[in-house]
Amino acid sequence: MKLKLLLLAATASFAATGAAFTEDLPACDNCADSMTVVSWGGAYQNSQVKAYSDPYSEMTGTKFIYDESSNEAVAKLRAMNEAGNITWDLVDVEGPDAVRLCDEGLAMEVDVDEILAKAPDGTPPSEDFGDSLISPCFIPQIVFSTTFGYRTDVEAWNGATPTSMCDIFDTEKFPGKRALEKRPKKNIEWALICDGVAKADLYDVMETDEGIDRALAKLDTIKDDVIWWSAGADTPQLLADGEIVMGSTYNGRLFSVIAEQNQPVAMLWDYQVFDFDGWIIPTGLPEDRLNRVKNFLYFATDTQRLADQAKYISYGPARASSAPLVGKHAELGIEMGPHMPTDPSNMKNFIVNNIDWWSSYSDDVDAKFQAWLAR
Amino acid sequence: MTSTTTDQIGASGDGIMRAADGTPLKRSLARALRREKLRSFLLILPLLAFITLTFLMPIADMLFRSVENGIVQETIPRTVVALKDWDASSGELPSEEVFAAFQQDFTEAFKNKTHTRLGLRLNYDEPGMSGLFRKSGRKATQLEPPYREGFIDIDQDWGKLETWRVIKRASPSLTDGYFLAAVDAERTSDGLQMKPEKERIYLYLFWRTMFLSIVITVSCLLLGYPIAYLLANLPLRTSNLLMILVLLPFWTSLLVRTSAWKVLLQQQGVVNDTLVWLGIIDTTSRLELINNQTGTIIAMTHILLPFMILPLFSVMKTISPSYVRAAKSLGANDWTAFWRVYFPQTVPGIGAGAILVFILSIGYYITPELVGGTSGIFISNRIAYHISTSLNWGLAAALGTILLGLVLLLFYVYDKIVGIDNVKLG
Repeated sequence: MKLKLLLLAATASFAATGAAFTEDLPACDNCADSMTVVSWGGAYQNSQVKAYSDPYSEMTGTKFIYDESSNEAVAKLRAMNEAGNITWDLVDVEGPDAVRLCDEGLAMEVDVDEILAKAPDGTPPSEDFGDSLISPCFIPQIVFSTTFGYRTDVEAWNGATPTSMCDIFDTEKFPGKRALEKRPKKNIEWALICDGVAKADLYDVMETDEGIDRALAKLDTIKDDVIWWSAGADTPQLLADGEIVMGSTYNGRLFSVIAEQNQPVAMLWDYQVFDFDGWIIPTGLPEDRLNRVKNFLYFATDTQRLADQAKYISYGPARASSAPLVGKHAELGIEMGPHMPTDPSNMKNFIVNNIDWWSSYSDDVDAKFQAWLAR
Repeated sequence: MTSTTTDQIGASGDGIMRAADGTPLKRSLARALRREKLRSFLLILPLLAFITLTFLMPIADMLFRSVENGIVQETIPRTVVALKDWDASSGELPSEEVFAAFQQDFTEAFKNKTHTRLGLRLNYDEPGMSGLFRKSGRKATQLEPPYREGFIDIDQDWGKLETWRVIKRASPSLTDGYFLAAVDAERTSDGLQMKPEKERIYLYLFWRTMFLSIVITVSCLLLGYPIAYLLANLPLRTSNLLMILVLLPFWTSLLVRTSAWKVLLQQQGVVNDTLVWLGIIDTTSRLELINNQTGTIIAMTHILLPFMILPLFSVMKTISPSYVRAAKSLGANDWTAFWRVYFPQTVPGIGAGAILVFILSIGYYITPELVGGTSGIFISNRIAYHISTSLNWGLAAALGTILLGLVLLLFYVYDKIVGIDNVKLG
């Protein structure tokens, strides 16, 4: 009994010092003392550990368990929900998955103004996050983009380097293998733009059968030169091995090939496709776990913390107020600003992933795309 | 003792043989056998219960998903009833009552947040439905009569005949839609028909899975037979050493072996580099050995080879060398002795190995995914895609059921032709 009291007192005093550490972190009543967080593994998860969960557990003593299952988060959450046993507390997913989880009732709807911290100047979160709030269940963290990287030492190019995204389709001037994702999304958009469709008309064209046929016909012109990837790590690996001369992947992966591994690779930001990545809370969490999640989110999505994450990986913070705070890379010491997909000089041409459109048409377009691939 | 028993049996006088206690021997024997059976059943009961709970029931549940379709009736019950009287081919929109019932159902579904789930289900039949249900959300719950105009105001798709035809078609609680999709067919307003040529994929993939599995099985047999023969006929010391060489890759992780093939076969990989160095090929015309069917066949043949070698080896081990010697002493040349005497005795091993390799490869997933590119993937890669990415579990279940059916069918055919008794693992 005495021991228990002693422990309680110790926890209380620890919590008190924690609260003194950051004045604005609200105290957490009836909170679980551990959290299972689901993320993507690798450098990205590492940036979350360093920017969010390490400082948070230092303050509150919360224990973090990371599960690297974001890739199949939707399927697994559905299975957990059917089994009635939700073991995850917080899940990091891409925007489209968040919309899907919300549609299926597997993610909880949240009021960001109620549970998240205001910007330092008092701007409410709903304004500060702005367009990145793509679903009522979604709590955004980062903006990332899918873009192209190319090797800078290809002899057959005679000194030329690709300057436009449409150079992907130019096998005369830029011979060699390319890598594209084994999914229709983004490839269809790129193909149509290079086939002369205006950005504004893109999704109207794609809604017609002819539009998809037109995109596939354009992709047909390079089909024999394409290696199709399914994991984000494929393209960087293929580029480093010299298996391909250019390929699409996530901008953070290319950053690590270029800046951390010093490979002869350069970025082609032209027509990068923006996407958001963020948190969702699974529905049906018991109260103490939910309280802990909310308390953590209040901390982990504030202006400073989102800016901190950019020290470890080249993804842009989803809050407008975080952008000016983005500093240098924690280990390499290089300015991260110019490597952000949202840097104005990288944004001359871009597309924002149209989640609404793809959520309705992806099954249909995917069937056509896969049938085209198999032929 | 024997004589007493005989006496008693004889004493019954009615010609029925009886046991010591007077019951007919037949019945007593049957009882003993029954007890014996019960005891052996009790012995396997734990395993049976375990398999039923963890293997058979989940499979049955998964297979049932391929026809299950309760969601429409559960989410919009009133609409389903109201739509019964609507003639889908009349060319007119459903009546105001249908829209009123739908508004009521929709409001309830919105409260339970199941309207979007229904939208996702209907989206399998008609692209655009999930967006329509999501967008209509709150607005539809606040509608006042007349509802028909109200819905069309929210989104003009509610005024399209096809929208209501899809809902009506999807109303029954069992559906054949997933099975139709799994064989590239669909049910439209013009009835049952095949999908347009450029959207067909599954029949082709089933065919390719079968074809590649046969190719892999045959190449395993061609490569494995001589090795097994060598293993079975070398002195024990050498053959044990060689056996380890066969087993070592067998014990190595599947992922490691597949990744190793990636390194070996890619265009800047070991095989191509060696060929270029030897001057056999030019550096500009490096061979494409990976990310296509060739990659799948090479990697899977290597990975499944032990499953062919081991049964062959254990069968060959039991064949006495004196048969071949006898054949030769009777005048057969080497080939005849092998083909007429030795080979027929190894058929049970070939059967076992071929079945193992074929059935394993037909459901293979990881290796084709990693080295198969687009022309070397199997039907299982599409099943995995529908389970984890598109989340169309109904379609995945239908594809899985067809695959299971195919395997059982082939097994049956095999039994008819070769005979399942003729399979030996040793």
